[in-house]
Amino acid sequence: MTTALGFLTTSDHLVVAPILLPMLSAALMLLMGTERYRLQAVFGVIATSLGLLLSILLLLRVQRGGADATVAVYLAGNWKSPFGIALAADRLSAFMLVIAHAVALAGLVFSTARWQRVGVFFHPLYQLQLMGLAGAFLTADLFNLFVFFEILLAASYGLLLHGSGGARVQAGMHYVALNLAASSLFLVGAALVYGSTGTLSMADLAQRIPHLLPGDASLVRTGAALLAVTFLTKAAAWPLNFWLVRAYAAATPPSAALFAIMSKVGLYALLRLGTLCFPGADGNLVLMGMGLATMVFGIVGLLASQRLAYLAGYALLVSSGTVLTAIGLDRPGLTAAALYYLASSTLAASAFLLLTDLVERWRNGGAVFAPQQRAAEAPFLGRDLKPMDGIDLDETQEQPTGRMLPTPNALVGVAFVLCALVLAGLPPLSGFTAKFALLSSLLNPLGLGRGVTDVAGIAGQSNTPGVAGWVFVALLVLTGFAGLLGFARAGMRNFWAATGRGVPRLRWVECAPIAVLLAGNIALTVFGGQALKYLDETAIALRRPQAYIQALMGARPAPGASASQKAAP
Amino acid sequence: MEAILAIAIGVLASAGVWLLLRGRTFQVVMGLTLLSYAVNLFIFSTGRLSVDKEPVLLGPLGATLQHYDDPLPQALVLTAIVIGFAMTALLLVVTMALRGLSGNDHVDGIHAPPGPRDGQDPAP
Repeated sequence: MTTALGFLTTSDHLVVAPILLPMLSAALMLLMGTERYRLQAVFGVIATSLGLLLSILLLLRVQRGGADATVAVYLAGNWKSPFGIALAADRLSAFMLVIAHAVALAGLVFSTARWQRVGVFFHPLYQLQLMGLAGAFLTADLFNLFVFFEILLAASYGLLLHGSGGARVQAGMHYVALNLAASSLFLVGAALVYGSTGTLSMADLAQRIPHLLPGDASLVRTGAALLAVTFLTKAAAWPLNFWLVRAYAAATPPSAALFAIMSKVGLYALLRLGTLCFPGADGNLVLMGMGLATMVFGIVGLLASQRLAYLAGYALLVSSGTVLTAIGLDRPGLTAAALYYLASSTLAASAFLLLTDLVERWRNGGAVFAPQQRAAEAPFLGRDLKPMDGIDLDETQEQPTGRMLPTPNALVGVAFVLCALVLAGLPPLSGFTAKFALLSSLLNPLGLGRGVTDVAGIAGQSNTPGVAGWVFVALLVLTGFAGLLGFARAGMRNFWAATGRGVPRLRWVECAPIAVLLAGNIALTVFGGQALKYLDETAIALRRPQAYIQALMGARPAPGASASQKAAP
Repeated sequence: MEAILAIAIGVLASAGVWLLLRGRTFQVVMGLTLLSYAVNLFIFSTGRLSVDKEPVLLGPLGATLQHYDDPLPQALVLTAIVIGFAMTALLLVVTMALRGLSGNDHVDGIHAPPGPRDGQDPAP
């Protein structure tokens, strides 16, 4: 066992394993046929757990080198680096992989309660989506990034349409059409980059772009802008984000939980290509502006939404906007804080999307009114704003002292409060730590405990947040306030003003994933120091892409391989 | 040759974008198809247009690569064609499902008020 573990952690095959594992398990699941849900579920849970384990091993492996990151490189097909396709895992990739697998595992376990049975091929599609996610995080080749994007999108079309029905097909139609258009832009961008540089390997691109002729350089910049538009569509930046909330609310909850990480793929790609190939690009201003606009859009949405799933969608928009603004402001401390925020908000949003299912089912079973028909009305007032039958707003009802709060109600309520605390950024959970880290690195970029004035300019950066920074500070505080308001109102509607309905029926397989995701948030809080240290080193490594480039360009094909290697120039 | 190709790509792309912005699902599908044709031609042209050049696979024609054609865009465009084809097929299925569920072929599933162009049959 230990030797196998040692082999895995030292050998670079570990890099390709998170892609191969879901691909093979999806293929095997297809062979099992469409009816054997239980077998597929067991298989899927085992494969995803194994994937989580592999991602953690990968993270431990790349963590060893400190800030001068170890980069694990895998040469697919054993070709020399700039000519063949390479996969590379650095700290950022490993971190995103771990979050993706954690969220996927929770959604998968949740789906075994009942959602896997509302359509066919749920489990294979879920694994293929995981494969696309892992590939997008690990690839070091621009065109391969496109291919993995398409894999994850194709699987997500299937997952969004899983269960069918008018709302899903409607949202799916918009989602598919929009993403097909975005993929066209991606291809044009990649083609422009290839046409003017002659390479698609990200490391090679990073080396060649500074030495281009002016004409080619402007073509590369055009291509980069088109790529950025694609990534911003995926990251749901305003004004490219009108599809997100409806699509995520229409999807079945386990799929929606997995989609919570999907909108982070665009942010990952922006961060990866932005720091590697276009450092200090002048597009940062646009990114920051779009990020701020997305936050405003999310705030308005949080205040306006009545349905729980919409609240979750707008919370995801706010988190996308926050990370995007932080990327645009382009400071290492801020990037680290934003990555921490990304992890915290993704876990909480997934937990909340799963919880939404429990609450909605509770509303639908035994509630006195059909919630989907009267979702816009106040729950305790009738259409004419008079109290509804059986509800007396004055204090003449039965004394509240005699009845205990049933345990399932309390559990669902506690989970709701915890999700709301993280998403609104209130203490004591990781949402607060994340916001504090963001604000602290904005206002005092050289770290807590250092003076603000005496060290100005040591690191060649200004010590004041600037206008955009102050707007960001204001919006960060405002998102917390709007989130608190939205979640408090939803909580009152769904927990306090709920009458005439029974106790929710909870099942272990549905509660455990939510509990584990929230436990992940608590762990992020408790081990916040270690997490932020890791992410600080990640951000510093992103600012110094030389290690990544050298690891990729210097990777040697394995000896004793086939003739294809000899043919390589 | 370059001018003809550029004009062809431009016409395809602009027609595609125009159709993509229309309100009926069939027009959207056609628009995306035209757009993907334009994109595929564009990728093909990034290897530079040339006549009668050898693929790299044939024997040595000289010390430099100037006598060869760039094989990579051809591989890229093949991948892009296959992916685009599959995605268009999927979009067609979604379109037909939406047609069946909502009773009309508007992209929003609503029946748009009859306009001068596309309001021939107001009945669903």
